[in-house]
Amino acid sequence: MPTLFHKVWNAHKVRTLPSGQAQLFIGLHLVHEVTSPQAFDMLRQHGWRVRFPDRTFATVDHILPTTTMARPFLDVTAEEMTTALERNCREFGIPLFAPGGDGAGDQGIVHVIGPELGLTQPGMTIACGDSHTSTHGAFGAIALGIGTSQVRDVLASQCLALDPLKVRRIDVNGRLRPGVYAKDVILTIIRRLGVNGGVGYAYEYGGSTIDGMTLDERMTVCNMSIEGGARAGYINPDETTFAFLKGRRFAPQGTQFDRAVAWWRQLASDPDAPYDDRVTLDAPSIEPTVTWGINPGQSIGIREAIAPTADEEALSFMGFERGGRVAGTRIDVAFIGSCTNGRLSDLEEAARVVGGRRVASHVKALVVPGSQAVRRAAEARGLDRVFTKAGFEWRGAGCSMCLAMNPDRLEGRQICASSSNRNFKGRQGSPTGRTLLMSPAMVAAAAVAGEVVDVREMLDEVPA
Amino acid sequence: MPSITSVSGRGLPLRGDDLDTDRIMPARFLKAVTFEGLERHVFEDDRQANPAHPFNDARYAGARILIVNRNFGCGSSREHAPQGLARLGIRAVVGESFSEIFLGNASVLGVPCFTADRTAVEQLQSLIERAPDTEIEARVDTCTLTAGPLRMEARLLPGARDAFLMDRWNPTAMLLDDFGAVERVAKSLPYVSGF
Repeated sequence: MPTLFHKVWNAHKVRTLPSGQAQLFIGLHLVHEVTSPQAFDMLRQHGWRVRFPDRTFATVDHILPTTTMARPFLDVTAEEMTTALERNCREFGIPLFAPGGDGAGDQGIVHVIGPELGLTQPGMTIACGDSHTSTHGAFGAIALGIGTSQVRDVLASQCLALDPLKVRRIDVNGRLRPGVYAKDVILTIIRRLGVNGGVGYAYEYGGSTIDGMTLDERMTVCNMSIEGGARAGYINPDETTFAFLKGRRFAPQGTQFDRAVAWWRQLASDPDAPYDDRVTLDAPSIEPTVTWGINPGQSIGIREAIAPTADEEALSFMGFERGGRVAGTRIDVAFIGSCTNGRLSDLEEAARVVGGRRVASHVKALVVPGSQAVRRAAEARGLDRVFTKAGFEWRGAGCSMCLAMNPDRLEGRQICASSSNRNFKGRQGSPTGRTLLMSPAMVAAAAVAGEVVDVREMLDEVPA
Repeated sequence: MPSITSVSGRGLPLRGDDLDTDRIMPARFLKAVTFEGLERHVFEDDRQANPAHPFNDARYAGARILIVNRNFGCGSSREHAPQGLARLGIRAVVGESFSEIFLGNASVLGVPCFTADRTAVEQLQSLIERAPDTEIEARVDTCTLTAGPLRMEARLLPGARDAFLMDRWNPTAMLLDDFGAVERVAKSLPYVSGF
């Protein structure tokens, strides 16, 4: 009896290509400004059109300034890239969730708005020219990050040529302890299996911990599948998934929704589905986790010491020592946001930690909602005031300091406590800048303390 | 588009596991609407930080085969990384393993990514470090690699190998061959045809 991966793969397989690869139909194509302009140019060169413009949606996220969305942008390249996307979407008939000056729109990080608008649904194949497309697997979709030539392929044919993936089942069981979040779960999985452990695999996450997670939390887990080398990660759809989707703008409505649920339900992996590999984790043993190195697998529990076997290049770049701790590291910047942790519940958890406290005077702290809708919802709950009163900057929606493609970036050897997904050398814009990945609550705690601390010291007693 | 049965040329050994695409092509160089000029920025920050970086080493100038270690090209899906390498003249990469997105992006550009055992890769790197002028031949058809006295297995996924041999490595035309079949699959999906 098959897994969800195999059911969805088979439902979308058009044929076996002469090369032996599968031709796979892509049900939803998400497009952004950075990886698409060359693809549209290639379409024009060949005289191809976009075959399923109604299954294609675009937005702008990577290059946006988040201080002001007023057009034209001061950064002429950012303006040029945005204008190019607007022109391409007009020419090829693709809906665009455009950046707007009034904040009333649907623009946001592509992996935040897809789910938010109900575009992302169980059983779909989803592609986007961005590696964090794995996020959408939280709904029980097979979601793949692709390069620009493949963006061209999907635009021109709505298909990809692919070799199949193996499936590794990852069970996480038990209750997470207070102060431990979905981010800690996925960092722990990557630490255990390695940053290349998932090469050749799709990760299927399950077990009681995952079953008990909200969609926001599941998205955080699936988002970082790619950091573990797995091109796709997914979670079988369940009542939580269906409840999330009900009433969303692009979700099926009325009786169609009921029929959709019936179809979605039978897509889940069968109880006796065979897996190519299985791994089990114990949730109560997971600690608030921080990275000490230059890839997302180089992490430790907040009370743990860096191992004697730690990689020399990573240690010397970061300025840590074997046997040392990350706790107590003075930070310069605190960043809450990104497609990993820029959703409403992330901001709520961070705000709960901040409470009435103030950001340490030497720390530049920013909160960047993942979408305009997240920003509006957070403001309706007064979270913006919690953050601004504490000394955080409250920004517009975009990728911001997760990557160095907009004005938000580290300078020199600054250290950033970051709720994003990558701690690669140079990732946050300074070739010598240093990133410590952690949960949004841990970032908030670090912002207030001015150094990396165990968030549990700041949280009010939470009933077990 | 020609078929690719083998790649020959000198090598460039680049040691290190988990070299991510932010290292290969820092994000600031993605701020453009074309891929032009990316060859100038391959490993730019690493090269600045380390004058002895292999991409700064004149002995390897003009190399066509890049020799890397484990999980090369992990991280971001940016095709700008293999675009930069290809525009610099790299025609094949040999390594212990690759990120799948990088491997797929490189393949579509006609740059095969061969995998080999860790020890074989390290032997090849050492050989080229000692004798940079050694001519390497990486064969797509037989999945073997020879370099001076060294002869090793250099694997490709069967689908990718056949795509190179059949000059189908750039798949768009093939994907459009039978569009009727694509439309039939679309229609069979309830979320496309309407629940």
